[in-house]
Amino acid sequence: MQIPNLIDIRLAIGTASRLFTPLLALGMIAAASGAARAELVVDITRGFVEPLPIAVTDFDGSALDETQFGKDISRVIAADLERSGLFRPIEQGAFIQDPATLRIAPKFGDWRLINAQALISGATELQADGRLRVEFRLWDVFAEIQITGLAYFTTPANWRRVAHIIADAIYKRLTGEEGYFDTRIVYIAESGPQNRRVKRLSIMDQDGDNHRFLTDGSVLVLTPRFSPTTQEITYLSYVGETPRVFLFNLNTGQQEVLGNFPGMTFAPRFSPDGNSVIMSLARSGNSEIYRMDLRTRKVTRLTDHSAIDTSPSYSPDGGEIVFNSDRGGTQQIYVMSENGGNVRRITFSAGRYATPVWSPRGDLIAFTRIYQSEFYIGVMRPDGSGERMLAKGFLVEGPTWAPNGRVLSFYRQEPASDRGVVRSKLYTIDLTGFNEREIVTPIDGSDPAWSPLIP
Amino acid sequence: MRSKIITFIAAAFFLTACGTSSEDSGAGTGSGTATTTTTAQPSTSAAPAAPTIPGPAPGSQEHLVVNVGDRVFFDFDKSDIKRAGRSTAEALAAWMNNFPAVTITIEGHADERGTREYNLALGERRANAVYDYLLALGIHANRLRTISYGKERPAVLGSNEEAWSQNRRGVFIVN
Repeated sequence: MQIPNLIDIRLAIGTASRLFTPLLALGMIAAASGAARAELVVDITRGFVEPLPIAVTDFDGSALDETQFGKDISRVIAADLERSGLFRPIEQGAFIQDPATLRIAPKFGDWRLINAQALISGATELQADGRLRVEFRLWDVFAEIQITGLAYFTTPANWRRVAHIIADAIYKRLTGEEGYFDTRIVYIAESGPQNRRVKRLSIMDQDGDNHRFLTDGSVLVLTPRFSPTTQEITYLSYVGETPRVFLFNLNTGQQEVLGNFPGMTFAPRFSPDGNSVIMSLARSGNSEIYRMDLRTRKVTRLTDHSAIDTSPSYSPDGGEIVFNSDRGGTQQIYVMSENGGNVRRITFSAGRYATPVWSPRGDLIAFTRIYQSEFYIGVMRPDGSGERMLAKGFLVEGPTWAPNGRVLSFYRQEPASDRGVVRSKLYTIDLTGFNEREIVTPIDGSDPAWSPLIP
Repeated sequence: MRSKIITFIAAAFFLTACGTSSEDSGAGTGSGTATTTTTAQPSTSAAPAAPTIPGPAPGSQEHLVVNVGDRVFFDFDKSDIKRAGRSTAEALAAWMNNFPAVTITIEGHADERGTREYNLALGERRANAVYDYLLALGIHANRLRTISYGKERPAVLGSNEEAWSQNRRGVFIVN
């Protein structure tokens, strides 16, 4: 489960027309590119965006396996960009210029002819030491300039990550936002009938690739969440028919119960610095929120109320915690300071509110709303204003933010048949409520949680 | 919440005989727990001439299902035990007094019309409501354990009001 070797070296490549001149010095990554910014920008502040036509060419290579890497990398980049809803990769059959001559210089007229606004070219080369060198260039077809260019050295097995990293670089260059393609999603894979659902902790790349089951389904597991800083997951497990919060180390595969509490612990989530987990402890019919410092194992109680207090989520600066409580009579969303003080309710509209999750950018809180027998995924500002519904269904639940705070994932469960056949799938949706996409998983899924950008 | 439950107890306690049983004891479909019939006391003296029909082992889960019923039901988003549920819990207490070695796990469940984490808390609250009631009826705490399954283990299949009303439940499991 070890993440493959990180990209060893990342080099800026300049506008030289011959690609195999010596690479420019390290540390020049964005240097040659600033001026072109205004020429080609994808505006993502509006709700609906006409996707930008982009030509993603197969990366050129001399040897056969280099050519194959070039095709595979191009395919992954195009798929990432397409799924974002902001780009429309042009069918490769329409391309006029071939990769070999493109490697010398783009014939911009050929690309304008097929209405490409942006062009991605690239090359792959296996090194004498066995590493794979991958470079790409992003061109503005109408301004006829290179916007950015980078080269990476990595182990060949790592080609997918390089593709995601390149897609992130393109996304960032054209939208001004951080990318989110070099990330993973941990979730609960589900199978079987409604009353005997088998649930397995599972992980995959954000595009569904590299799928892996982490537990065997013999024990009920729920609500996994990524650490923002380490290769760890916190989740709920019924090991020994006792529901408790666990840590799962992705590097070692080790599972560890978190603390020794006199009741059920559940609803865990990491603090932004990764040093603590906040969670609920249910005791004598009452659920309260606690914080455990993972270094000292010191436990601090944060709420003190006879109502249900659960689903805590930190603000990205760690100063506040948003949580779910029925202290007002029904499930609503509240915010308190990180030490448990200054509690205030932020939802006042009709219906019940649940599963608040603070955006990594801090500007919004995502939630589940239950209103007139429908479930909604929505977002609002941290003071409860500006509420917008993004998705709706018989049962949609459990929003999670991509690390750039632009895209959310959630799960949608359809009504079960009278024989207990039930369907549950993962989806992503843009912050604006557009571009809802299913994340294709081998079997059903629920409770997605997005990783931070892989370091 | 707890004090409210306890005020129900006195009235309910004296109304109940120990012979209540569930009419419908099918696993997953148990509904009426309030129906009182006169069946199946743990048999003590069998008439030697009559052929013995083997029944569930006294003190077993099946025996509990047949003689008491193994579940109580709750209203939507509520954890107070309704009249029928109180009768069942009282019958359970009497049954446990007959089998002093038996210990019980009380499972708390919710229907699927809530969010996962809240329903875990709600299930725990429901299991604990039953637990508190049994304590008040004199059952010792060391014979009782609670666990919440939230909405994870529905008893009745389907996504409709009838199924949901049966899935909002507390279930007694003989350990």
